[in-house]
Amino acid sequence: MTTRLFGEPVRRREDPRLITGQGRYLDDLGAGALAAAFVRSPHAHARILDVDVSGALDVDGLVAIYTWEDLPGALAEPLPLLIPHPALTHGRTAYALAREVVRHVGEPVVMVVARDRYLAEDACALIRVDYEILKPVVGLEEAAGGAHLVHEDVPGNIGAHLVQEVPGPGGVTAREAVDAAPHRLEFRLDVERSACTPLEGKGVYARWDADDESLRVYSSTQTSTSVRMAIAAKLGLPLPKVEVVAPDVGGGFGVKIVHPWPEEILVPWAARLLNREVKWTEDRREHFVSSSHERGQVQHVRAGFDDDGRLLGLEVEILHDHGAYTPYGIIVPIITSTQLLGPYRVGAYRVEFSSVYTNTVQVTPYRGAGRPQGVFCMERTMDKIAAYLGRDRTEVRAANFIQPDEFPYDQGLTFQDGRPLIYDSGDYPEALRMLKELIGWDAFPEEKARAAAEGRRIGIGVGCYVEGTGVGPYEGGHVQITSDGRVHVSTGLTSQGQGHETVFAQIAATELGVPIEKVSVVTGDTRRFGYAVGTFASRAAVMSGNAIALACRKVREKALRIAAEALEADPRDLEITDGMVHVAGAPSASIPLATVAVLSNPLRYAFDEEAKRATQFAGPASDDRPPVAEGEEPGLEGRDYYSPVRSTFAAGMHAAIVETDPDTAEIQILRYAVVHDCGRLINPMIVEGQIHGGVAQGVGGALYEKMVYDEHGQLLNASFMDFLMPYATEVPRIETAHLETPSPLNPLGIKGAGEAGVIPVSAVVAAAIEDAEGIPIDRMPISPSDLHTLRLTR
Amino acid sequence: MKPPPFDYRRPATLGEALGLLAEAGSGGKVLAGGQSLIPLLNMRLAAPARVVDVNRVPGLDGIEAGPSGVRVGALARHAAVERSPGAAAAQPLLRQALRLVAHPVIRNRGTVVGSLVHADPAAEMPAVLALLGGSVRLASRGGEREVPAAAFFTGPMESAVRPGELAVSAFFPALPARSGTAFHEVARRHGDYAVAGVAAAVTLDEDLRIAAARVACVSVGPVPVVADVTAACGPRPAASVAWDAVAAAVRDLVEPEGDIHATADYRRHLTGVLAVRALRDAASAAHGEES
Repeated sequence: MTTRLFGEPVRRREDPRLITGQGRYLDDLGAGALAAAFVRSPHAHARILDVDVSGALDVDGLVAIYTWEDLPGALAEPLPLLIPHPALTHGRTAYALAREVVRHVGEPVVMVVARDRYLAEDACALIRVDYEILKPVVGLEEAAGGAHLVHEDVPGNIGAHLVQEVPGPGGVTAREAVDAAPHRLEFRLDVERSACTPLEGKGVYARWDADDESLRVYSSTQTSTSVRMAIAAKLGLPLPKVEVVAPDVGGGFGVKIVHPWPEEILVPWAARLLNREVKWTEDRREHFVSSSHERGQVQHVRAGFDDDGRLLGLEVEILHDHGAYTPYGIIVPIITSTQLLGPYRVGAYRVEFSSVYTNTVQVTPYRGAGRPQGVFCMERTMDKIAAYLGRDRTEVRAANFIQPDEFPYDQGLTFQDGRPLIYDSGDYPEALRMLKELIGWDAFPEEKARAAAEGRRIGIGVGCYVEGTGVGPYEGGHVQITSDGRVHVSTGLTSQGQGHETVFAQIAATELGVPIEKVSVVTGDTRRFGYAVGTFASRAAVMSGNAIALACRKVREKALRIAAEALEADPRDLEITDGMVHVAGAPSASIPLATVAVLSNPLRYAFDEEAKRATQFAGPASDDRPPVAEGEEPGLEGRDYYSPVRSTFAAGMHAAIVETDPDTAEIQILRYAVVHDCGRLINPMIVEGQIHGGVAQGVGGALYEKMVYDEHGQLLNASFMDFLMPYATEVPRIETAHLETPSPLNPLGIKGAGEAGVIPVSAVVAAAIEDAEGIPIDRMPISPSDLHTLRLTR
Repeated sequence: MKPPPFDYRRPATLGEALGLLAEAGSGGKVLAGGQSLIPLLNMRLAAPARVVDVNRVPGLDGIEAGPSGVRVGALARHAAVERSPGAAAAQPLLRQALRLVAHPVIRNRGTVVGSLVHADPAAEMPAVLALLGGSVRLASRGGEREVPAAAFFTGPMESAVRPGELAVSAFFPALPARSGTAFHEVARRHGDYAVAGVAAAVTLDEDLRIAAARVACVSVGPVPVVADVTAACGPRPAASVAWDAVAAAVRDLVEPEGDIHATADYRRHLTGVLAVRALRDAASAAHGEES
């Protein structure tokens, strides 16, 4: 019997540490380090005329003040544009410290280093920056009007413009298909701005070792390997002299995949220059105005359909608010425009987006990464078709589903990884059947009538999505079994609370046949694994999970080879159970993996009793073979990489029942049901946890969260008092059912699950409110005040 | 988000505290529960020269309940007042309102008197004091004065407390026999400041007709808005009150402003709805006391 942990709801091994205050987050490190703080622009758009630091010079404990003029070499250049794209004709990035012009409130202008953060902030308050105020560009349509410019050299504020078109049968264009369709609808949708808002903000702590001329940097990042390369490049250091470690990270949700943040290069630079440890811990207000936001689109939709609600043609024009800069390229609007299609086959499709600059915080991916907007568009379209035809909303969806026998299904578009958008597997009709049963869809009209008789308003909504997960290019895994029998797994991508220590250990334990207690997992530490991409796009389990499985298989093969020699058996007859290699069916003929590890490493020197077995006079050895055989390496370890041809496509469907108060317009989610398909489940409990967290963020996006900018470009709700993330009291109990259609693309048959929960929530809640109220809901989020206003204007 | 420098003092007696406050004048700030002051300091929205921490001053944490009402000391935490059986018996509105104040962890530290002095027009406790016609006792080196609620709240986040004064207690009067109270509010999230909220007190006559009805509304003006709606409600039994007219009367009395969470119009509408809900519940409670 082998130890089978893959697929089991193993308890999260990181939780005892994380929930009892034993986590090591960025600010827990470097107690004696100098503190950095930043003077940030109070204006949305302004020219810097003068920086006067004289007032701050007397602050006790001040160490240094830096402006852009102080930055040498590559540090003084604009920050990298991480993902270039031919359609991003006018990509712009910020400087690490503002040069001449500031383009959003919160842009860093001056860096202060002092003995502690209190003193650094005191000094910041005494630095005077003179600005010439320029006209701020705020609001998507105002920006697209182009009357005033965010960047002088970007006409019309258009950073990127991209059209993708998939012709219908006979080469018909989407425009033609819509025009020729028996029925047509045309409408506009709005999705507000929101943000990742991880509970731990960003943070950087750098230690320069002057003797070794090396740098160690800790960053609260989603990609330590790439931060490392950026720091080495910006500081002109040899890569081997820079190490970057992501310690425990208190949430990322996308914002920490962006890099290098100004602070990620400025803090190490100052540490080296001052030859002192320097740390910067972002505070909440800084996070609101100087990291990233997302969502924020206006969509114009034209849909043509037949009597059954089949979409014959769909045209979507998207205005996408990119904020002041485009460091992450146009990934978000590309995902919106491609993943918009969801589980449906559309006759002909045309999508066009313009990515627009505004004098607001930059826009980069936030969990869901453009999908919530796309799904909102498609699912609102489905509901409007159903309403127009007077048909059940699930019937219209079913009429448009891609069928299980149509996979792989090519949507004819280019996805965010530059590769064709081809769905690998799925079973959408079955998922919908499960969801309808779970929520009680067919019985709902009766329930609604009963409620109405009591003067209550309730409504039901449904939403479907497909999520491309596990994008490349690659991840790697390293597995080493040491002579104490322990298994050390490392992978380069980082963890922000997902449970990687658990699921990767499950994979390794299952592949190697060892108890999970023997397995330890390290992520995001470039000292352990140098090649990686990062944690985003629901990719960690797919990418590193498979890479670790492949690395384990290499190690297992080697272990069996060595054990076979020791046991004088055929490796094909060997199994590993509970850390023992034994002949199948003959458990007495066995050897512990620990011993195999000893034998794998021919030694000259014995450092303990066990090691004696591997030294040169310990036992019989062939005189005519080298101690390390040709093609072998010492040690019981393996490294492998997983690099998929293309993404794998998870899917899901959600339904909600909401109640609206006829008098106060309060909105309450009574029930929330999820059917989720991420292929084979490594750990169903962790997948459910991911769904719960995602739905919670989705509830935020549907009912609470928005970034309120005034006409001057001031963010009016840059605090947790006014930016309303839902509390546990606002998140409904979530009922979940799993469907498993394995991915044919990877050895483990898995798909990503990290972002799924958030994706359709706005669409689902809008549909349910619409059903309860009978008022079209075309703008999210919606507050009781908004609903009250809608009621008055209906 | 670190406070600017300030002189921190932790007096051991009331006299010492009053001396330190007198010395500091307008640069002095009192720290009790700290649930409003500390965030203001951290965001550098407040920069007092001296913070006088009164948490070690003995005798300020009293909750004295009697037939005439409840006197709450400056260091009595929300949670302590909320859980006090005596306070609930003498003035049930205290517990009804305190359950709506933020979250338990905040109520464990925050003080009732601190909330009054902070004078946030969205907060519950100022409305309670205003509705009941209570008062706040202010001490200074020169002596003590008792300021009635109507004169205590002078504007948004502004109270009658003068430099050098410490609010040592607040008095919440009891209501006559056959009275009931209720507090209804709508907040965006559980425990948030209310978008709108109404505290109500109703007293019935011997024939169980409404003899007195008052409401205090939060988040719809610079200070809690108190309205006497006796004329609109009585004298008739609650069951035959024209509640729509009462709601309209309350709506006409408030002058809310819109903000990022709610329009002025919605706040006005909500205040009418909540006033009726609170008054009806208060009337029911008044009945309950009678039976």
